[in-house]
Amino acid sequence: MSKLDSKIPEGNVEQKWTKYKSSVALVNPSNKRNLEIIVVGSGLAGASAAASLAELGYKVKVFCYQDSARRAHSIAAQGGINAAKNYQNDGDSIYRLFYDTVKGGDYRAREGNVYRLAEVSNSIIDQCVAQGVPLAREYGGMLSNRSFGGTQVQRTFYAAGQTGQQLLLGAYSALNRQIGLGTVDMFARHEMLEVVKIDDKARGIIARDLVTGKLERHFGHAVLLCTGGYGNVFYLSTNAMGCNATSVWKAHKKGAFFGNPCFTQIHPTCIPVSGDHQSKLTLMSESLRNDGRIWVPKKKDDIRKGNEIPEEERDYYLERRYPAFGNLVPRDVASRAAKERCDEGHGVGASRMAVFLDFKAAIDRFGKSQAKKLSIENPTAAQLKEFGKQVVEEKYGNLFTMYEQITGENPYEVPMRIYPAVHYTMGGLWVDYNLMTTVQGLYCLGEANFSDHGANRLGASALMQGLADGYFVIPYTIGAYLSKEIAVKPIPTTHEAFVAAENEAQAQIDKFFAIKGNKSVDHFHKRLGKIMWEKCGMARNEKGLKEAIVEIRELRAEFWKDLRVTGKPNEMNPELEKASRVADFLELGELMCMDALNRSESCGGHFRIESQTEEGEALRKDDEFAYVAAWEYKGDFTYEMHKEELKFETIKIAQRSYK
Amino acid sequence: MSHGNMNLTLKIWRQNSGKEKGQLVTYPVKDISPDMSFLEMFDVLNEQLVSKNESPIVFDHDCREGICGMCSMVINGRAHGPKTGITTCQLHMRSFKDGDTITVEPWRAQAFPVIKDLTVDRTSFERIQAKGGFVSVNTGTAQDANCLPIPKDDADSSFNAAACIGCGACVATCKNASAMLFVAAKVSQFALLPQGKIEATARVKNMVAQMDLEGFGSCTNTGACEIECPKGISLENIARMNREYLVANCKD
Ligand SMILES: Cc1cc2nc3c(=O)[nH]c(=O)nc-3n(C[C@H](O)[C@H](O)[C@H](O)COP(=O)(O)OP(=O)(O)OC[C@H]3O[C@@H](n4cnc5c(N)ncnc54)[C@H](O)[C@@H]3O)c2cc1C
Ligand code: SF4
Ligand code: FES
Repeated sequence: MSKLDSKIPEGNVEQKWTKYKSSVALVNPSNKRNLEIIVVGSGLAGASAAASLAELGYKVKVFCYQDSARRAHSIAAQGGINAAKNYQNDGDSIYRLFYDTVKGGDYRAREGNVYRLAEVSNSIIDQCVAQGVPLAREYGGMLSNRSFGGTQVQRTFYAAGQTGQQLLLGAYSALNRQIGLGTVDMFARHEMLEVVKIDDKARGIIARDLVTGKLERHFGHAVLLCTGGYGNVFYLSTNAMGCNATSVWKAHKKGAFFGNPCFTQIHPTCIPVSGDHQSKLTLMSESLRNDGRIWVPKKKDDIRKGNEIPEEERDYYLERRYPAFGNLVPRDVASRAAKERCDEGHGVGASRMAVFLDFKAAIDRFGKSQAKKLSIENPTAAQLKEFGKQVVEEKYGNLFTMYEQITGENPYEVPMRIYPAVHYTMGGLWVDYNLMTTVQGLYCLGEANFSDHGANRLGASALMQGLADGYFVIPYTIGAYLSKEIAVKPIPTTHEAFVAAENEAQAQIDKFFAIKGNKSVDHFHKRLGKIMWEKCGMARNEKGLKEAIVEIRELRAEFWKDLRVTGKPNEMNPELEKASRVADFLELGELMCMDALNRSESCGGHFRIESQTEEGEALRKDDEFAYVAAWEYKGDFTYEMHKEELKFETIKIAQRSYK
Repeated sequence: MSHGNMNLTLKIWRQNSGKEKGQLVTYPVKDISPDMSFLEMFDVLNEQLVSKNESPIVFDHDCREGICGMCSMVINGRAHGPKTGITTCQLHMRSFKDGDTITVEPWRAQAFPVIKDLTVDRTSFERIQAKGGFVSVNTGTAQDANCLPIPKDDADSSFNAAACIGCGACVATCKNASAMLFVAAKVSQFALLPQGKIEATARVKNMVAQMDLEGFGSCTNTGACEIECPKGISLENIARMNREYLVANCKD
């Protein structure tokens, strides 16, 4: 047997989870009180897991680096969350959500996991509504749905353009309830720096109190990493400034395999870069693609303003290339198509690295239907426009305002400019069906794991996965492990393993201050980002990836020779925090390139230039690459790749087509 | 891509820790682009400080898109700066002119002690939330989400209250450092929904009691909070909470 046992239950896909739930070992309530669980991260995955586990009776400690659990980056998700409720009666079902997710992921996800995800999706919506999450509703009082890229049904639930915020505040409220009840201890402004392993089992963490700078030791019978994605390897991304890979990377170096590190999602609808000062990129929800039309000028190097270009000189390239899905093709397809147009010289805006997203047609259409609704005969053009704008404002108002704030342009009047940006990482720590990593007792949930999205994540599916993992999966699966741990007494943090782990964390901090070089952390981070974006971004090839690996190694060496970290270790010190994150990115970036180099097929968000069809679409190589690449750290920046073969027993594997 | 051409004088509050005294320190910055965000201008300044081996200015921020509620600066005397309806991170330099002097200070309130420079401790908000900012429903016990229709207007009003990002600008703006707008937003979100009504009495009483314990001032209806709130949380919420509070106390 290979080193990887995914522990997918036997039986047909519809029954795996039901059977699992009725046969998994349970922990009795009096034992739960004696079991301690560490949850690192308070986003959708962490907050929902912590609250649910505390409700069950476990003793829980939660860590996050922000000043409040509510500020985890899940808060920024705009568009929505999927569920197979079929409230719209448009033919949706658990099977269809499962099928769309496997297909959307370009057949690189596990059937068993994805089916479970689709199965619990409905309970998530029920749970959130019961918590008082104000999801959008219709006039009749029922929940409202919208459609999202990569699907043909309306299954996305939302709260204006702030779905992530509302869902996170729901999970945060459940967490607060437990904090109030004394079952959860919250450690905000704490950053996890090391995993503590005793007898090959995860038994705790080392965390730095970001206010005092003190290193702390915390014991847990199990440790859950729910620390989000690692898109900030690219420096510029839609992630928050503090998003990092430290917890997963340190875990990786302690034995947790890293799954598909090269699978990165580039989101098609972001506000383009405006200059060197840029510190992050802002996403415009992809729900905009429901009503906005994407185009570029037919002519190359056309410098006219969008509104000055007549209809017949516009190329609505997505509608042209993909008549069935049009502007709603999956993200990877839309992003690559935009890059292709810009690379061919059709880009717009000052940088020429942008395409138009235009609401004029939508405003016209909505104006007419609204006038009809209001029984206004022969409305004037101004009236129609006004009505149309009102409808657009109702649907996308906050996004339009955001766009105007950032760019200084009014998108009701001129087409928006958009360009793809790094947004999400499908890769992450390898986990089995229980969400356990290759380290016993160490779990990984949410965006931080590799599990459910294959090579490409569909819109509105990350919120679903985070909450599925936290509310409905881990409360069951953790029992399989903890039921065997009930005899283990809390291990005092004076144990040598804690001492050793703390020393490791301390040594790294000391090393930073000892360099006394000349260049800031941001300097190195920006350079790493540039290498990654150019050579391991939207299109990758063998030559570029090989160069990137060399360049990253050189940059890492320079980092450790010429870095300057100001201030002191024992105080609030954001430069030190950044240094420790970038040190990890500099290692993870290399592994991402190695993984991308190994996978010489194109699939989902991973596009290898060498592997495409005649029409320029991604070409998978199923006989060679229908596996998860799980990388094991072997010390000294060497890695061994293990394969988990993917078996498609329910869905017929096929080349993706959105034409 | 070019740098900008704005030159500015910044007066920034520096304070090493809550125990030490702070003061305004003057820093010139050059070549600022109008397309930069206010925090990107701080990045530029901090890079300069690092290059001179000085300590960069510590300030809270994370999402940089106006939703996490972490950023918190009083700019020229106004919480989140001169524009309404946005957070500090959403402010862009095109709102300033070449040659301007800009003063930047932390939130000031007894219940928000300074940790360092522009960073304050807002855990008082957390303790208020833990006293009642929730519906007591365990995972897995919910009925079908569409079993209970909710009028769209109620759902929308509840959402508008729930849009609070917990930044604390309302407190920083209020001359009494009152937290009424923040607490009222949470109380209202639940009061407007059938799911929240069941525990309404206990919620409002416990949250208000904790708010008083934390040392926030009382509300004298000046309405400054509503104006500076980046999310447009309305004073109506305070009126609603007052009603809820009155009803709750009548039940005793
Ligand atoms: C702008 C944007 C819009 C999006 N829109 C959508 C959408 O519409 N629909 C959808 O389904 N998905 C969307 N996504 C994706 C989705 O929001 C995320 O994948 C998901 O919320 C991640 O949740 P999480 O709980 O895994 O991690 P996060 O919410 O990122 O939480 C990570 C937590 O870990 C903590 N943490 C991290 N590192 C450490 C450390 N070293 N020590 C201690 N704590 C640590 C953080 O403090 C935080 O609490 C969007 C993402 C972005 C960036
Ligand atoms: S009410 Fe407004 S100002 Fe006060 S915390 Fe909430 S969002 Fe910030
Ligand atoms: S940094 Fe998140 S709201 Fe400003």
